[in-house]
Amino acid sequence: MTTSLTPDAATASLAGSAGARAVARATTGVADETTPDVEIVDVTKRFGAVTAVDRMRLSISRGEFYSLLGPSGCGKTTTLRMIAGFEQPTEGEIFLDGKPIAGIPPYRRNVNTVFQHYALFPHMDVARNVGYGLRQRKVAKVEEARRVGEALALVRLAGYERRRTWEMSGGQQQRVALARALVNHPTVLLLDEPLGALDLKLRKEMQLELKALQREVGITFVYVTHDQEEALTMSDVIVVMRDGRIQQQGDPTELYECPTNRFVADFLGSSNFIAATVEGVDASSRTATVRSDRGLVLRGTVTDPAAAIAAGDAVTVATRPERLEVRPDDGAAPGAAPGWTELAGRIRQGTYLGDHSEYRVVTDLAGELIVRRQNTVGAGSALGGGPGDPVVVRWHETANLILVG
Amino acid sequence: MSASGVARPRAGRGRALIAAERMNGFIDGLFRTQAALVYAFLYLPIVVVVVFAFNANRLATIWTGFTTDWFGIALNDAVVTKSLGNSAIIAFTNAILATTFGTMAALGLQRVGKRTRQGYDVLTYISIIVPEIVIALATLVFFASTFDVVNPVLAGLTGGGKGAFKLGFGQFTIIAAHVLFNTSLVLLLVRARLSGMDRTLVEASQDLFATPWRTFRQITFPQLLPAIVAGFLLSFTFSFDDYVITSFVTGPGSTTLPIYIFGQVKRGVSPETNAVATMVLAFTVGMLLIGQAVLAWQGRRSGSRNGSMANIVTER
Ligand SMILES: Nc1ncnc2c1ncn2[C@@H]1O[C@H](COP(=O)(O)OP(=O)(O)OP(=O)(O)O)[C@@H](O)[C@H]1O
Ligand SMILES: [Mg+2]
Repeated sequence: MTTSLTPDAATASLAGSAGARAVARATTGVADETTPDVEIVDVTKRFGAVTAVDRMRLSISRGEFYSLLGPSGCGKTTTLRMIAGFEQPTEGEIFLDGKPIAGIPPYRRNVNTVFQHYALFPHMDVARNVGYGLRQRKVAKVEEARRVGEALALVRLAGYERRRTWEMSGGQQQRVALARALVNHPTVLLLDEPLGALDLKLRKEMQLELKALQREVGITFVYVTHDQEEALTMSDVIVVMRDGRIQQQGDPTELYECPTNRFVADFLGSSNFIAATVEGVDASSRTATVRSDRGLVLRGTVTDPAAAIAAGDAVTVATRPERLEVRPDDGAAPGAAPGWTELAGRIRQGTYLGDHSEYRVVTDLAGELIVRRQNTVGAGSALGGGPGDPVVVRWHETANLILVG
Repeated sequence: MSASGVARPRAGRGRALIAAERMNGFIDGLFRTQAALVYAFLYLPIVVVVVFAFNANRLATIWTGFTTDWFGIALNDAVVTKSLGNSAIIAFTNAILATTFGTMAALGLQRVGKRTRQGYDVLTYISIIVPEIVIALATLVFFASTFDVVNPVLAGLTGGGKGAFKLGFGQFTIIAAHVLFNTSLVLLLVRARLSGMDRTLVEASQDLFATPWRTFRQITFPQLLPAIVAGFLLSFTFSFDDYVITSFVTGPGSTTLPIYIFGQVKRGVSPETNAVATMVLAFTVGMLLIGQAVLAWQGRRSGSRNGSMANIVTER
């Protein structure tokens, strides 16, 4: 399960077809390598009074793993369904391979979906399920059998052709669903929380496997999830959504290190938030000095490159819990090194979580802060961690992210 | 449970428990006896009919010896075979039409608005709930008055010669009346199955390049097949043994088996009638067994729990 090496022949064939696709495209002259696979231009989708997707603008590049991440009801599924053709945008236009696809029914779009609950056809065995798309396209029987065999090998289910789908485990059914989609060499593969029904351990394995598979076949994946860890694990690009709007998009590191608004800083990982007012701005380095409501002066990076801020603006300073350090208060006079902030406080609650511990520390100047501490050798018990214990929290100014709005 | 019970010593409580247990056992026994009596009441008459079909005595109620002669006599009786043929033709045509229309209606109702659907639902249930005698009478009146209007027109068109085409009661009217009722039945069965069906299967099929028609053929229809088969078999049997409606709208030469049997019984039960009834019974049970087998096979193929008729009929 954990080793995800797949037979080379199968990989080569699928990858080769992506190349063939590129050639076909070049000869038709409609699009070239740089054309995004999917382009969503100002798309709005309304269901009666509900706006599920709101003026969305997104360009999905070829061969990349995109994740749509957001809380329940933010419009992720609706976005996928519009790409697949099950819903029509109320406004705006979607381009697939450079061509507008409005009005083209799902069965004429070169897009395939992996559904959350697999949606395998119960009256067909594994091979007939996987070959379904090929049969609709009138692929010859021999060719169908060959490609089905390859696709099954790719998801490491070789030899399962004659199995009944309902006799298989959840993870196996998931692979069948994946093979059934991949076998058609779609331009884009859409996956709607495909691992949602699996248990945690299997899910983690499948995450790595899916990512490896995507690299091998080179097909563009658009993956819907509300699990931030899943998105961080697999994606080349994460698109964070909320209430039908894109909040921010970027690679996992960028999103985690540089969230541009409070929602993203909170949804991806967790953050301490300190309300503050801007005192001074250094435009060249995009840093600012701010004063918190309780008088704490902090310097930090303005994360949103588009934000125009000036002295007197209200902002929020976000700091990641693992960027804060905590140590017992030894009574030494607080004297912080340049660039560091040091605050005295008292532990309100300490939670031991195995690999790390989490402390809620109440400070005078910054209110309650959450501090995460890795439990390295000897560290687990080094901090007494009882409620009321005096501690010192410190962090460097590079941890301060200044968010507008 | 009672306050005094709580205060009593342990031994007393134990005795009370045993007494309660005994009471329960007694009530259990009563229920079992009652169930046995109900089943006996339902099925004994059938057993009697079957047994006396093998009675050597001309008088149906006195047992004198075993014989299978009555079956031969019944099968050589031209009136019996004619009415058996009528019944079979009517039941079969009815089942085909009702299954087709019912399935089509169920599929159509998927696509209309909620309002329209509810309207049709009411009509469907009415046609099932309304007493048969009312439907029979209404159908009779409808046909009679329609013929009164249409036949003179037809006569005018064809010149009104002696052999001219003319609408009248017969197999056609019986089939029409039966289809009316059975379509509702099939509609309900198929709708139940349809609403229990996983909608994403249809989407998955479209996603995999199947046109709506191919999706219907390859996904929807196989999923609905158990309900369609059940509907066909039920329509067939309901039509095959219908008496009330048939007796109202029948015409010369279209006597069905139930009507024949009822006519016979008025002159006293004969072993021949018993033999006919036994054959009908065997045939009906055979149909049910075939249906059951088809569904079990379907169930195995589709991996669903709907492998029995009872499930389909009671589902939702
Ligand atoms: N067919 C529909 N009719 C009416 N409203 C709908 C329909 N489909 C979606 N919505 C609404 O649109 C909004 C977005 O729904 P969507 O299914 O895209 O959310 P999601 O991000 O996929 O959420 P989840 O993580 O729970 O799956 C929700 O408020 C939902 O109620
Ligand atoms: Mg969803």
